[in-house]
Amino acid sequence: MGFLFGRKSDRNTSANVAKDRLRLVLIHDRTDLTVDALDKLKNDLLEVISRYVEIDPKAVNIRMAQEGREQRLVADIPLKPAKRRGFG
Amino acid sequence: MTAKVITITSGKGGVGKTTTAANLAVALASLGHKVVCIDSDIGLRNLDVVLGLENRIVYDLVDVVEGRCRLRQAMIRDKHNQELFLIPAAQTRDKSAVSPSDMIRLCDELRPDFDWILIDSPAGIERGFRNAIAAVDIPLVVTNPEVSAVRDADRIIGLLEAEQKGPARLIINRLNMDLVKRGDMLTADDVVDLLAIELIGIVPEDEKVVTSTNRGQPVVLEDKSRAGKAFMNIARRLRGEQVPFLEMDEKPDLFRRISRMIRSGGN
Repeated sequence: MGFLFGRKSDRNTSANVAKDRLRLVLIHDRTDLTVDALDKLKNDLLEVISRYVEIDPKAVNIRMAQEGREQRLVADIPLKPAKRRGFG
Repeated sequence: MTAKVITITSGKGGVGKTTTAANLAVALASLGHKVVCIDSDIGLRNLDVVLGLENRIVYDLVDVVEGRCRLRQAMIRDKHNQELFLIPAAQTRDKSAVSPSDMIRLCDELRPDFDWILIDSPAGIERGFRNAIAAVDIPLVVTNPEVSAVRDADRIIGLLEAEQKGPARLIINRLNMDLVKRGDMLTADDVVDLLAIELIGIVPEDEKVVTSTNRGQPVVLEDKSRAGKAFMNIARRLRGEQVPFLEMDEKPDLFRRISRMIRSGGN
């Protein structure tokens, strides 16, 4: 039916691209945090945490999330199970 | 009577602030309210030409602030509506000629005699914007469904929040349904989703805005204009009426549907 209204079915319409780009730009505008700074923050955060517990850097997910007009930094950091010593 | 102060602002230039200010002023006045609008874009005044009042200017905002005339002398009465007035901006000065406290004083003086004070803000986030929001009760943020206008609107909303003005309400201007249907323009929902503030109006792109502005007669006076109807609806929502949003998603007529089918090769 989509063709009757000339609607593109793919997600790659210019409007969708615009929305995705805007979403990212607004997050950084609102927080004053550049993409580079966010990367540095992630690395520093991981470094500090791994001083205390063992983590798998590849499983870590740190991102900015939007809730209404509020931004939050969401970090999901799975911990590796502690290595048990003394059992051979 | 204690007027509410509405400031029409946007960050980006050219999104339709002055058109919105003129149309809301005329719409509110036509609904029987006493309205005064203030052009705070000192050095780049335009609200006078959009309202068709450019030939009646004697004194301006800066003359009032600097004491060269009384407030009443700078208020130009509209041609059609006895209850609508304009205080024009000065054309030969810059934004620094007026301060935020001047605007607060001015609005306090006007409040007892009016229902609404509409302030047309200049583009930008500097002094002119600060002046325009100094006394605001209801900030209206105008944007277009495109990346630069939405981004600037977000900045403005952030600044309004930081100044504890608001809550701001959103007007999406110049929505082109043909482009939206092709997936080539952000939808009104997209824009509301991104900016996350309350929507108060969606104004469709309409050639009649151009022709009516040419004549100095705001489009809200034209019965058949969809943009005019949208501006009237915003005015009614400002009064507290519950008005459903215009049905933007009009089914295209058969001819256009067929011609589109042919163009797209049935795909």
